[in-house]
Amino acid sequence: MADSIPLTGPIELTSAPKARPLTLEVLHDWVTTVDHKKIGLMYIGYALVFLVIAGLEAIVMRLQLAVPENSLVSPQVFNRMFTMHGTTMVFFVGMPILFGFGNYVIPLMLGARDMAFPRLNAFSFWISAFGGLLLYFSFLGGDGLYGAGTAPDVGWFAYAPLTSRVFSPGHSTDYWTLGIFLSGIGSIGTALNIVTTIISMRCPGMKLSRMPLLVWLYFVTCCMVFIAVGPLTAAQIMLSIDRYLGGHFFDTQAGGSAVLWMHFFWIFGHPEVYILVLPAFGFANEIIPVFSRKAIFGYPAMVAATVAIGFISLSVWAHHMFTVGLGPGANSFFTLATMIIAVPTGIKIFNWIGTLWGGNIHFTVAMMFCVAFLFQFLIAGLTGIMLSASPFDWQLSGSYFVVAHFHYVLVGAILFTIFAAFYYWFPKMSGRLLSETLGKWHFWLFLIGFHLTFDFMHVPGVLGMPRRIYTYELDRGWGMWNLIVSSGVIFQVLGIGCFVFNLLRSYFKGAIAGPDPWDAWTLEWSTDSPPPVYNFASIPTVQSRRPLWDLKHPEDPDSNYEM
Amino acid sequence: MSTTTITPREPSWILPSRGLVGVLCLIVAESAVFIIFVVAYIFYLGKSLSGPSPRDVLDIPIVSTGCLLSSSFTVYLAVAALRGNKVRLCSLWLAATVLLGGIFLGGTALEWRQLIYKDGLTIRTNLFGTTFYSLVGLHATHVVVGLVMLSLALVFALRGRVSEANAERLDVLSLYWHFVDAVWVVVFTVVYVLGR
Repeated sequence: MADSIPLTGPIELTSAPKARPLTLEVLHDWVTTVDHKKIGLMYIGYALVFLVIAGLEAIVMRLQLAVPENSLVSPQVFNRMFTMHGTTMVFFVGMPILFGFGNYVIPLMLGARDMAFPRLNAFSFWISAFGGLLLYFSFLGGDGLYGAGTAPDVGWFAYAPLTSRVFSPGHSTDYWTLGIFLSGIGSIGTALNIVTTIISMRCPGMKLSRMPLLVWLYFVTCCMVFIAVGPLTAAQIMLSIDRYLGGHFFDTQAGGSAVLWMHFFWIFGHPEVYILVLPAFGFANEIIPVFSRKAIFGYPAMVAATVAIGFISLSVWAHHMFTVGLGPGANSFFTLATMIIAVPTGIKIFNWIGTLWGGNIHFTVAMMFCVAFLFQFLIAGLTGIMLSASPFDWQLSGSYFVVAHFHYVLVGAILFTIFAAFYYWFPKMSGRLLSETLGKWHFWLFLIGFHLTFDFMHVPGVLGMPRRIYTYELDRGWGMWNLIVSSGVIFQVLGIGCFVFNLLRSYFKGAIAGPDPWDAWTLEWSTDSPPPVYNFASIPTVQSRRPLWDLKHPEDPDSNYEM
Repeated sequence: MSTTTITPREPSWILPSRGLVGVLCLIVAESAVFIIFVVAYIFYLGKSLSGPSPRDVLDIPIVSTGCLLSSSFTVYLAVAALRGNKVRLCSLWLAATVLLGGIFLGGTALEWRQLIYKDGLTIRTNLFGTTFYSLVGLHATHVVVGLVMLSLALVFALRGRVSEANAERLDVLSLYWHFVDAVWVVVFTVVYVLGR
């Protein structure tokens, strides 16, 4: 970094100091805002609240399973816990936190003043938030007027015919359906907004080939949201018709098909995994180059790999259904399609390592989380390839091996990069740096906890422990493994505690960040921290993928090297 | 300072309009929803355990289909008229579009009335009833939404609140309406031609 000069002040600013507003004014401001930065922060805050709630549900499950023949919670409560944990984590933590970061940084990275449709943005946030509240209202109102409420207990993929009126009386399943339906509408609205922003709101010179990779990743993600969330919405409408109007879509008694629900759900469900992981790749794409002090290796290959993942991921859904008995043709097709996805993903890992290679690596907390992500995502991908082979899947489908595999993706890859994103962009959002010391505690505690829990979770799976069981017999030999898995939770909780404390403490007492604490290269770092309402006093013009590099190094601009 | 980021704007920096991109995204997402309903309809063809079957009760809705398809043409003419700043002509074509769309909905209402009261086919009767009413009903819901928006545009036009400057917005609305028509072509083919 010898010859590079970090920015010491924002490039342009026209704000005037303001008197301290009343609490009610602040509240009114947040509720009625259409500013993409505030909506992004609300998305993130709302997701963090649900992250804690769904985490508590996971703790209940791990306590119950820590020792054999435990009776801490009843089977019914256990069913509700895993249903709510899965549903919440996917729809009310994963999606909103990714949309939150997208909302916040995409217009800034593109040099735009806001999203394409600011009011739609606010609508999408509030409808998703309402969906989450509705899901949790089921704890009170799930049984209707009589008795205590119940949360949904049909599993996060709610297979038919378990969801029919006969097997799921009361309203708990309907709260699940409506919550996901509303969240889906919000997701489609925000995805539409992001795609339109990316196509129509780029600042002059920001060609598609010059966009930061994060923006590319969100572009592909949001296109996938249209194609994946639509079917889920349709399936939820069908389920509601079955439950309320007496339809027969998934009613096997009247000739309906339970397998059709599986297809419809997984046509959504598998692309959804990539919808969650692509933005996480996007975070890594921004953070790894900055802390390796190198431009990203193989930008066009990264874009091509992303688009390839987007397309291939639409043709792999039935690998969730190998045990249904699809026949040899379909099994082979979905096995091969699933394995092929390893190729573009492998290209990405190769390019990240290529970026690190020979770089001047700075091990900030954000970078540490990204490096851990690289290793963990590789392992998650390898177990994914194991499971994609249908004969192997017949043995382990529905076991804890699968649970360990997808938590390796969701926690080891996605949550780790989300933490990295917090350490990287928190200074931009709040104007203050997160404490690196607390961050290192957070990283190491969470890393130990993650590996204790999810490395060892593979073992009971291979030994035959099925998922969704609320307890198991003493003589199965799963007890020790489950105890280790559960003990990892303690470290994870401590790590999350450090993280939350760090967020709160740094918000008030953190070191002042300045506009560009990391000496980074994308446009969000050219404006103040936190950015003014209008983002940029005058719309910037860019001539390469790293506009701030050009600004800091006028003698050697990137545009000399880019095609 | 040969090349820095702050240089005069390139004059030729024109990006696609937001409305156009937005409505195209909406159409992609809505298509995904409709595809699932169409797939369900096709998957359950002939799988009903009891009658009535499509062949027994469905008549081809020639008149209402003709009305809906020609309304695509009239809404196109409305947009073209507004682009030429002929607001009165535009409201005339908008009124024609709303009328044609209304006739289509009326046709669906009459068809459903006959199916329910004369043929005894409800959404509960069998798989055909479930899939038929949900697919056609989902489309009809989109027609209703489109008609509400077109009527709003008509009211604005009649009250003189619409000008050439709004042509792009009306164009966006017309794209949605064309989509609703295109979906009907698929639904018509699947339900009344191939599935009967």
